[in-house]
Amino acid sequence: MAKESAEIAAAGFERVEDAALLTGRGRFIDDLPVPALCVHAAILRSPHAHASLRSIDTSVARALPGVRAVITGDDYARIAAPLLVGVKIPIDCWPIARDKVRYAGEPVAVVLADTRYLAEDALDRVVVEYDTLEPVLDPMAALNAHTPQLHAGLSGNLGADRSFRYGDPESAFDAAERTVEITIRYPRNSCTPIETYAVVAEWDPYDEAFDVLANFQGPFSIHPVIARALNVPGNRLRLRTPEDSGGSFGVKQGVFPYIVLMAACARLAGRPVKWVEDRLEHLSASVSATNRVTTLRAAVKGEGRVTALDWDQVEDVGAYLRAPEPATLYRMHGNLCGAYDIANVAVRNRIVMTNKTPTGLNRGFGGPQVYFALERLMARIAHELSLDPVEVIRCNLISADAFPHRTASGATYDSGNYQFALETALARGGYHALLEARAAARAEGRLYGIGLAAAVEPSVSNMGYLSTALTPQERAKAGPKNGAQSAATIAIDPVGSVTVQLDSVPQGQGHRTVAAKVVADVFGLVPAQVRVFASMDTARDAWSIAAGNYASRFAAASAGAVKIAADRLRDRLARIAAAQSNARPEDIRFAGGRVFIDGNPEAGLAFSRVASAAHWAPATLPDGIGNPVRETAVWTAPELTAPTEADGINSSLCHAFIFDFCGVEIDPLTTEVRIDRYVTTHDCGTILHPGMVEGQIRGAFAHAVGAALYEEYAYDDAGAFLAGTFADYPVPTVHEIPELDILHICTPSPLTPLGAKGVGEGNCMSTPVCIANAVADALTPLCGWTDLTLPLTPGRLAALLGDEPPPPVEVATRPKAVGRGLTGEGEARVEAPPQAIWDILMDADQLAAIIPGAHGVRKLSPTRFLADVTLGVGPVKGRYRVEVALSDLDPPHGATLSGKANGALGSGEGTGYVTLKPEGESATVIGYSYEASLGGKVASVGGRLLDGAARIVIGQFFTALGHNAEGAPAAGGIRARLKALFGGAR
Amino acid sequence: MRRLSADETHMVRFRLNNEPVEGAAEPRTLLSDFLRHVLARTGTHVGCEHGVCGACTIRIDGTMARACMTLAVQVEGAEITTIEGLAPEPGRLSVLQAAFRKHHALQCGFCTAGILMSLDTLLQAEPEADEGRIRDVLSGHLCRCTGYRQILDAAVEAARELRKETLHA
Amino acid sequence: MKPAPFDYIRVDTLDEAADVLAQSADDARVLAGGQSLMAMMNMRLAQPAIIIDILHAAGSRRPEIAKGRLRISALVRQEALSTHVGLEQEVPLLAQAAPWIGHIQTRMRGTVCGSVAHADPSAELPLVLVALDGQVHLKSRRKRRTVPAQEFFLGMMMTEKADDELIEAVDVPLTPAGTGTAFREVGRRKGDFAIVSCGAVVQGTTTRLAVGGVNDTPAVADWENLAPADVAEALNALAWSLDARDDMHASARYRRDLVRRLGETTIREARSCAD
Repeated sequence: MAKESAEIAAAGFERVEDAALLTGRGRFIDDLPVPALCVHAAILRSPHAHASLRSIDTSVARALPGVRAVITGDDYARIAAPLLVGVKIPIDCWPIARDKVRYAGEPVAVVLADTRYLAEDALDRVVVEYDTLEPVLDPMAALNAHTPQLHAGLSGNLGADRSFRYGDPESAFDAAERTVEITIRYPRNSCTPIETYAVVAEWDPYDEAFDVLANFQGPFSIHPVIARALNVPGNRLRLRTPEDSGGSFGVKQGVFPYIVLMAACARLAGRPVKWVEDRLEHLSASVSATNRVTTLRAAVKGEGRVTALDWDQVEDVGAYLRAPEPATLYRMHGNLCGAYDIANVAVRNRIVMTNKTPTGLNRGFGGPQVYFALERLMARIAHELSLDPVEVIRCNLISADAFPHRTASGATYDSGNYQFALETALARGGYHALLEARAAARAEGRLYGIGLAAAVEPSVSNMGYLSTALTPQERAKAGPKNGAQSAATIAIDPVGSVTVQLDSVPQGQGHRTVAAKVVADVFGLVPAQVRVFASMDTARDAWSIAAGNYASRFAAASAGAVKIAADRLRDRLARIAAAQSNARPEDIRFAGGRVFIDGNPEAGLAFSRVASAAHWAPATLPDGIGNPVRETAVWTAPELTAPTEADGINSSLCHAFIFDFCGVEIDPLTTEVRIDRYVTTHDCGTILHPGMVEGQIRGAFAHAVGAALYEEYAYDDAGAFLAGTFADYPVPTVHEIPELDILHICTPSPLTPLGAKGVGEGNCMSTPVCIANAVADALTPLCGWTDLTLPLTPGRLAALLGDEPPPPVEVATRPKAVGRGLTGEGEARVEAPPQAIWDILMDADQLAAIIPGAHGVRKLSPTRFLADVTLGVGPVKGRYRVEVALSDLDPPHGATLSGKANGALGSGEGTGYVTLKPEGESATVIGYSYEASLGGKVASVGGRLLDGAARIVIGQFFTALGHNAEGAPAAGGIRARLKALFGGAR
Repeated sequence: MRRLSADETHMVRFRLNNEPVEGAAEPRTLLSDFLRHVLARTGTHVGCEHGVCGACTIRIDGTMARACMTLAVQVEGAEITTIEGLAPEPGRLSVLQAAFRKHHALQCGFCTAGILMSLDTLLQAEPEADEGRIRDVLSGHLCRCTGYRQILDAAVEAARELRKETLHA
Repeated sequence: MKPAPFDYIRVDTLDEAADVLAQSADDARVLAGGQSLMAMMNMRLAQPAIIIDILHAAGSRRPEIAKGRLRISALVRQEALSTHVGLEQEVPLLAQAAPWIGHIQTRMRGTVCGSVAHADPSAELPLVLVALDGQVHLKSRRKRRTVPAQEFFLGMMMTEKADDELIEAVDVPLTPAGTGTAFREVGRRKGDFAIVSCGAVVQGTTTRLAVGGVNDTPAVADWENLAPADVAEALNALAWSLDARDDMHASARYRRDLVRRLGETTIREARSCAD
């Protein structure tokens, strides 16, 4: 099989997809016409990370012009069910909150209106009351019995605790000369495609069936999950995808909860529903890659040879263990030894839930987390044993004559020559020159480092890998899960033209172009004569649970199914041609658009004539020929078996290899990381299209540079999501992506029809740790071994480079802020005695009157009241409902004020301590310090400005307090007020 | 002075790709939504609605502009070019578009229209633009698929081709 | 993310804009280039009831020299300023800062006065205005007044401009011959808001450093006869005196580091081109 693949690789033929995309003729989901009477959805989302939902009042929202319905969790529950979780634990995962919210951004209500504009107007008028709860955000803290619990039915936040043992790790560790250990924390990030999620859903009440269009990427194993949540059988859920999708990288697997939600809304409202996600929603509440804490230990022999690995992984899947999780962990289960020949492996996988967005597929899918630990460990081994890091890698690599190689945890590596790839990389990539560059830089005192990473990139997932999470007993009960089907249909029409239907749902990977080339080569046509369709319609097209575009399955599996279907049709056509010309089928050739006997190309017939014979003259066909004009090939790899009794799993079919090295310098002025040189060497088997493979590698590299140096889905201590815009989530631009040298070697896969392996995820796995290793190496002369956490922002590196010069004694500095969120303090001096100020504080009416922008006060008790407040700084203004309480009263010296504010822009909580110190006879210095946290939209989009805004608003309050006490109206122009404020503030 | 009230729609008229167009818009209707859903020119895409990703970039009166940061009512009387106006005629590609295809400068194509509009505007105004200038213009766009290298190669080659064409013209 | 409803007024003169502001004060906002305001409106952080579009009004769209100052009116876009022929000689600090303002696409639409009115603590134009002792010319229906730049910026996104005023123009003095200037900025990516920005002006015996991105408003320090050996200590004192804070993009420590190092580089560069 591998031999034929040589014909297919061509010099980079142009893509059929491009002309439409270049001229504005793309058919992305939001470009398409919508059903008649379609309403538009906007989602109200929780501003809190953890809270009980006390009440939702939709009456005002529903009455607004153009609003057709407002759907809540209770409405949803009348007609639909929670989403299945991947591991059976007693939690419910709904696509819209029921009694509790568990992450900032969780849907709480859906407004359906004539336009998105009107729907957003109504969002502001839905009134939700929350009782906030303490959130838990750190996965290690989540394991602690005393931290807040997210799910009532589950004790603690531990979703699963599963251990595995392969070979004899205990003996290996006992016999080891050394044990080397590393603990890493991998952060959250996402590949954020430029096109966000969108869903158009319809319900037919007579057919009792849903018709949904969504830019869903698969796998279609999610189809039954959606159907079950919507309480319909599979054949009453028609799921379609548009022709074009604006990038996915795994992320658009996670649109499925929104498919369920919008379909349910369509049924409840009796109208088709369209929802287009906006960027704030996408960043905060679509999906995220998992964050993980890993402790990895190696048993090491003196020359750096690793004989055993002990993995302890704590995987944070966010608020719900939602499908497809815990796939991020188990996708890589067969690859836990990476590229190394290690027979003894112990694994402990714990899955915890925290108050963050639920996780899902993301390019690399578990690989970045695994390789960050493994390749940092290899670097650490080299450091502790004073060995050359290249040697440590080299001596552990699986030997070239050991393929197919079965790993300790059960994967079969199909082919590879890792040593050859390594040597090629070092020689042709100029490694030696990099060593010299480092030496020269260090001689000048510059911080220059070299990093390495070796990774095995799996592709074509075994759909059974997820059941590795279950015990063998549980698996036996549930029934076997295995395999990875792919399907392709080829049809020849009455004039002999060829059409292909794929089961992949591409988002720019050029599948239509490659499939056309594969088929054209088989039939001796040019690709322009073959038309390929790649959108999916579950009512019409051949699909399986494995259908979709993920796990880099196209080149290996989908294109493979295309090849098989084409070969079968060609063989039948050859039999027809042979029968007509009294030749043998094996002597028939297809080339140049003609079908002829070998050696006699001028004789013979046009392809279209032979191919259409079955339509026009079926009676002339040879007996038993089958259908020569239509073939659906379903291909599955027999190697993808269910997990064994010993928990061995061949988690993926193909395994590509990557070896990266790079040189970086830490800029002395800015402490930014500058990548001086980056060389990546790939073995992805047969290359079907060089230009597209290069595009995949460069794209993955760009994602990985983002993960290494720029991107983090950050939360503050109160669980507010901070990276809600592309200003706060800095996706790299052209300036941030360095030059990349790409080298290739090729060991074709013996297991796929074309010998191809996946190539789209590899650099996401290798590049972040390669850069980290290089930065660590750059820091070594200064700091010795340094543990590093991504992203390696200049601020983080600055802290590692030594102490800063102390402040000169005469400059007063702010004491270090302790506590969470926003903190600050200040002073205001007023011409009034402490008692006068105290009286105002104790009088709720007067107090409310001086809160900036307050209107409408309701006193709940002598020390508690509610007010409607318009708060704002500059152009940013919002209405809030504020609740203030006074406590720890120490008249007239001090008190504690605690406040909560809720509004459309977000919500906040804070505590302020006020002291009143008399100065002379009739003056007071009001001192205040506060600690506040702000969540919701304003935290996500205004993060860096919030601190200042809080200070201004709080400062205004205390200034007004002072003015009121003085008896002066709170006037005098903003300048006077602020001068008074800032003059006293430190 | 012209005052348009919030709760009514108003006719907006301008020239789009060398043709007169008109449609009804509220004052708050974003130009991106107006182009896509009122005028059915869906080639301009929306990626962020806060002016960073650049997918919605078009040309207004000769300048690059983010359609998501522009109100439809602001462009009354303006001269606007979008991606649909770049090809010389149906079935043919411009030099820039053809260079993109040749160099595999697009994968999903969602960010492409905005990038083409920025580059087309640049190369019309500055035919001598070098790679550094092209990079600066390109840095106003986010692409998650390509890693930018192939886009740069396409733009540099297109600039060279266009200069040659002008020389020979 | 769609804005809340508003009335739209397209004025033909800045006088008309002032009239509208006089009537509607804190419910109306001027829309110039829209690059700051539109993002806030799309996110509904800002919800003005009235938008006044001034960009079709009569007035100069190019910077102009008048009475020894470079005058930039409300209609001048950032790109028109940065491509102004002669800027490097007339006001070199502006020419040095201009490429750092956003991206070409946002400079083509955004206006100079719009950025000044917005008063983002990390913005380049307010910083340069303060460093050069610029002036802000405010106009309301009742009167005109001029505010020195150093008194104009009061806090984060808060300025001396009253709700019924608009910025008619800003100006800066033409830079005297022999003055050395330099500008440097560090952000997460090129074109992002500044984590720290530094503008240095060296004239005769005076060294001035303006620092943006740390305090809520541009901070300015002036030194007389600052010897090269004393620069480090002076910058360290400056760094610690500013209100550096931690946020998701940078730590307080890193901001101080940048004030020290970027400040040193900028001062050195400014000195090297001073006479």
